[in-house]
Amino acid sequence: MTTGVDTRVLVIGFGNPARGDDGLGPALAERLQALSLAGVTVESDYQLVIEHAAMVAEYDVVVFADAARDAGDAPFYLRALEPSHDTGGSTHSVSPGQVLAIAHACFGKSPRAYLLGIRAHHLDDFVERLSFEAKANLEVALQALVDLIGRAHATA
Amino acid sequence: MTPRESKTRTITIEPLTRVEGHGKVSIHMNQQHEVEYARLHIVEFRGFERFIVGRPYWEIPVIVQRLCGICPVSHHLAAAKAMDRIVGGEMLTPTAEKMRRLMHYGQIFQSHALHFFHLSSPDLLFGTDGTAASGFEAPVEKRHVLAVAAEHPELATQAVMMRRFGQEVIFATAGKKIHGTGAIPGGVNKNLSIAERDRLLAEIDQMLVWTRGALGIAQSYTMDHLVELIPFGSFDSNHLSIVRADDGALDLYDGVLRAIDKDGHRIVDGIDYQRYLEVVNEEVRPWSYMKFPFLKSLGPEHGWYRVGPLARVNNCTFIPTDEAEAARKEFMALTKGRPNNITMCYHWARMIELLHAIEVIRDLLHDPDLQGADLVVQGPRREEAVGVIEAPRGTLFHHYRVDANDAVTMCNLIVSTTNNNEPMNRAVTKVAKDHFSGKAEITEGLMNYIEVAVRAYDPCLSCATHAQGRLSLEVQLVDAAGEVVAFRKA
Repeated sequence: MTTGVDTRVLVIGFGNPARGDDGLGPALAERLQALSLAGVTVESDYQLVIEHAAMVAEYDVVVFADAARDAGDAPFYLRALEPSHDTGGSTHSVSPGQVLAIAHACFGKSPRAYLLGIRAHHLDDFVERLSFEAKANLEVALQALVDLIGRAHATA
Repeated sequence: MTPRESKTRTITIEPLTRVEGHGKVSIHMNQQHEVEYARLHIVEFRGFERFIVGRPYWEIPVIVQRLCGICPVSHHLAAAKAMDRIVGGEMLTPTAEKMRRLMHYGQIFQSHALHFFHLSSPDLLFGTDGTAASGFEAPVEKRHVLAVAAEHPELATQAVMMRRFGQEVIFATAGKKIHGTGAIPGGVNKNLSIAERDRLLAEIDQMLVWTRGALGIAQSYTMDHLVELIPFGSFDSNHLSIVRADDGALDLYDGVLRAIDKDGHRIVDGIDYQRYLEVVNEEVRPWSYMKFPFLKSLGPEHGWYRVGPLARVNNCTFIPTDEAEAARKEFMALTKGRPNNITMCYHWARMIELLHAIEVIRDLLHDPDLQGADLVVQGPRREEAVGVIEAPRGTLFHHYRVDANDAVTMCNLIVSTTNNNEPMNRAVTKVAKDHFSGKAEITEGLMNYIEVAVRAYDPCLSCATHAQGRLSLEVQLVDAAGEVVAFRKA
């Protein structure tokens, strides 16, 4: 494992910015990108697809950032992720766990991975803006992510 | 899933999996457990054409991409081609046309690779052992790209890398992998830098090798299972596509309308697609939100047609790249030069197009016109225009009217999957009659037969209905009294 900022960190924010708070993932990616943190690559997409596996395989630490319905009252959660071999819901998009499974099967790589779920309040709106509550959750989640990246670089 | 006695049943498959979108299949059975008919219902609301009205024309090539996350480039380019005519800029500069062609063939490449490896390869790799008894009854846990990754990691890796390459082509030409902005009315907003060109060229030889391999898999699979595949969901049909105007060559970006019948006789040929309404009409049926297009000259009963890779390979006079043309000749030899009406041959034809796409991409990347600086042209303004392109799934029509204030006043879209509506329904009915009739129990494996037939067309139901929200597909079984007696939803 590499040390310090040599640790390669990838953050993928995904979701649809045209569907209200579903844009939390891309919004977080945009905020993080603006910080220009050393050793951090930021990606923003509408959804996860199979070629994300090739990208994931090139990093030591990967964080998938998404809007979350299951955060309860908390503004966000950060959960360790394992490869998923669940074969459900198979159209053209895949889940974060499936991305990790494909990265392992195809490229023999298993980066340390996390799911950053940011609590969404209005997911079904056809608007290109975040709700007031989601914006507040985004700020808290962003700080937690920056702390996580700092720890990854310090302890790798 | 035991059928009731003395009643017709309807089997509903809901949702269908590994297709793009939400739909439902119902299979209607009589008292003798024989299939009477089957229907592919598209139950989402079609509304996108209305969302467009009132928007300024220059926004349209970007907005219409929201129809679909899997083939946005097709909508982007079809709309841009229509808007070219609105601004009098349809005679694009060489740089603009070649940038758009590169974008489009990148889209074809990634879409065909994704469909073959990700959506269909589980059927081809695990679904049959070469005996009629096995059919496509592989365990459900194997019908997924993760199973392909586990047992054939080299193929799964190729799928990932080929899809990524196609997306990189799109990124270099459209500015974004999804919902790009490269095509604008009358041209493009960027050329291809030397650095972008060289990054893509560095991978082109590997892509060619893998593409030849994918074509080999599709071809050998078809030939090895020909006895089972010839009747599977198959029927005679007309075929429609655009072909290159001067010589009838395969051209996925631009051309004239050509339609042939099941024997290869030309029904229409050389028709400027601005006149598409003289050729094509759409029928509405009360049980589906997806319309049923047909050739006007033959009427709805006889004028329905197939589009997409099978239709295009059947329709073109030749393919203007060497390896794909050689592959086309082998494909056509199977049916002795007559149109191929075997539904499962869509996969083989799709891989021929995959090879053509990568050959075109290679040739374009060596063309210095891509580094040109003359990007946009304009001419006399028009108020109405049609843009047509051969999308991965088939012929895509975009028709607009724009008023003097630059606002769109009318939009009509006939998307690829809509063109294949009647054929998909016939494929479902054929498979149901051949495999469900007389069965006392409908197994999960048998359910997959329906999906395999639909999947051959690579339908994009979100495009076809212009729907929003979560998408999936379902199947139900209905008895003679119209009662749903079985239902399956993945």
